[in-house]
Amino acid sequence: MSWLTEYVRPKIRTLLRREDVPDNLWVQCPACQQMMFHTEVEKHLKVCTHCGHHMRASADDRLRWTFDGGTFSRIELPKVPADPLRFRDSQRYADRLRGAREKTHHDDALLVAHGTIGGQRAVVAVMDFDFMGGSMGAAVGEGIVAAAKLAVLQDAPLIVFTASGGARMQEGAISLMQMPRTTIATRLVKEAGLPFIVVLTDPTTGGVTASFAMLGDIQIAEPGAMIGFAGARVIEQTVREKLPEGFQRAEYLHEHGIVDMVVKRTELAATLARLILLLRVKDLEAA
Amino acid sequence: MRHFLEFEKPIAELESKIEELRKMSEADGLNIAEEVAKLTEKHDRLLRATYAKLTAWQKTQVARHEDRPKTGDYVRALITEFTPLAGDRAFADDAAVVGGLGRFRGRSVAVIGTERGSDTDSRVKSNFGMARPEGYRKARRLIELAGRFGLPVLTFVDTFGAFPGIDAEARGQAEAIARSIEACLEAPVPVVVTIIGEGGSGGAMALAAGDTVLMLEHAVYSVITPEGCAAILWKEASQAAAAAEALKITADDLKRLGLIDAIVPEPLGGAHRDAETTIAAVGDAIAAALAPLLALDAPARTARRRDKFLEMGREPPA
Repeated sequence: MSWLTEYVRPKIRTLLRREDVPDNLWVQCPACQQMMFHTEVEKHLKVCTHCGHHMRASADDRLRWTFDGGTFSRIELPKVPADPLRFRDSQRYADRLRGAREKTHHDDALLVAHGTIGGQRAVVAVMDFDFMGGSMGAAVGEGIVAAAKLAVLQDAPLIVFTASGGARMQEGAISLMQMPRTTIATRLVKEAGLPFIVVLTDPTTGGVTASFAMLGDIQIAEPGAMIGFAGARVIEQTVREKLPEGFQRAEYLHEHGIVDMVVKRTELAATLARLILLLRVKDLEAA
Repeated sequence: MRHFLEFEKPIAELESKIEELRKMSEADGLNIAEEVAKLTEKHDRLLRATYAKLTAWQKTQVARHEDRPKTGDYVRALITEFTPLAGDRAFADDAAVVGGLGRFRGRSVAVIGTERGSDTDSRVKSNFGMARPEGYRKARRLIELAGRFGLPVLTFVDTFGAFPGIDAEARGQAEAIARSIEACLEAPVPVVVTIIGEGGSGGAMALAAGDTVLMLEHAVYSVITPEGCAAILWKEASQAAAAAEALKITADDLKRLGLIDAIVPEPLGGAHRDAETTIAAVGDAIAAALAPLLALDAPARTARRRDKFLEMGREPPA
């Protein structure tokens, strides 16, 4: 690792998150270090054209890439009490929330939208890792419940893109209760006979993984995504041994039978469309 | 020998002084009954004062106290004809989760709990109460079995959390927990949960999505251990006391937030000073929780359970 990669990488990552990326920007792949023109990166859905590495994508990217023609309608999510514990560590939670809202222009770590995928109506919920590490507090839990209700109302499948460091510690046990709450949301969708599809993206850990993210009718993971319950560092400290190569990566989960498939980002929308049709349009000739 | 916690030192000193006086009086035939009575009164006063205002971090230590009654103690005292059932039918039996059938005050029930162990051997065997996927899959299996035969489910929660290990991840720890939560929520029978010691994160939640959640007075229930939270947010584990305070993990906090249903009082000086009284109080609280649940029909009960969780955290409690 040279001083160049150490220095350049974080800086470019920061720039990438901005909506108004200047036209003359080069992006370096964090995996193979190759440089790519940023329009090229966008065209390939932030997948490295040299090594196939899937770079982190924003919640807005996900919605654009998933729905037909990149068009969708976002719904406003129910408001929840902010900072119920008046939590303070080195910083006040209220300030962290304000900072995250300014940085992402989102209210919390979940976006919900509806539109069509392969011509079929669908509801999509996307976690925003840029918003406090995609952590799940009452707002995210309530948003998942709202997404489930919308799916039922629209007789549409629910697709959730997960990206989360886990529970929102600053909401204490309230964040823990989002595990049963989001689990109930998955039941609402399933009881209505609708597909619930989970797309696990980098990274998905903790209480999110141990609730709705593992309850999909179909579990899809993005190549290379880190997915697990416990964090790698915690595991290393507990078992005091080196973690195996590729541990907790999408391919590892696939090998261990925990996800159905690892799907490249460029093939994801088509895969979702096919799955929805296979599950819902039972006889093409009759349709 | 009794184990004293750091903050119990003044209490411990008084106790040893009383003991010393007693021995002296036996040996020398001195009449110091008055002195002993005075010290005993002082001791009780101090114990009462200390336990009346335990901090969240002190409660965490009480909740983890090695002499505190464990799941096995509750099962032995409250369940007759206990018949342990083993295994997840796929990989192994996990000693961190005990489960089986038995009778609670004459009624046939399924019992499931995380077991921390009470001596070195049992602690190692039960992996200090940190379950692997097999444990949660066993729990799910037993909840489904109970559902099929209409038996209420009683769970006892006492764990740091789910085991963070390579093997646990490889076998789908997250999925196992999620399915166990789902099983609790979907059970067509009453599910009564008691947090008896430490309710640690997802590993506790796996057994805690019940109709009624009881919590012992000095138990704690948290999304992350105070040490873990301090390491992440304060960048040093030594700030655990501050983290414990901020996380709002005590029974009073959880009741006020509407996240548990009732608090079971502990004897003076905590459950570890009088296991028998504690277990009896838990038994009474479980019986009181079960009665109204048994009066409901299954769909109404399940719907009520869902609604209870869906309402949590929506509005600040008045």
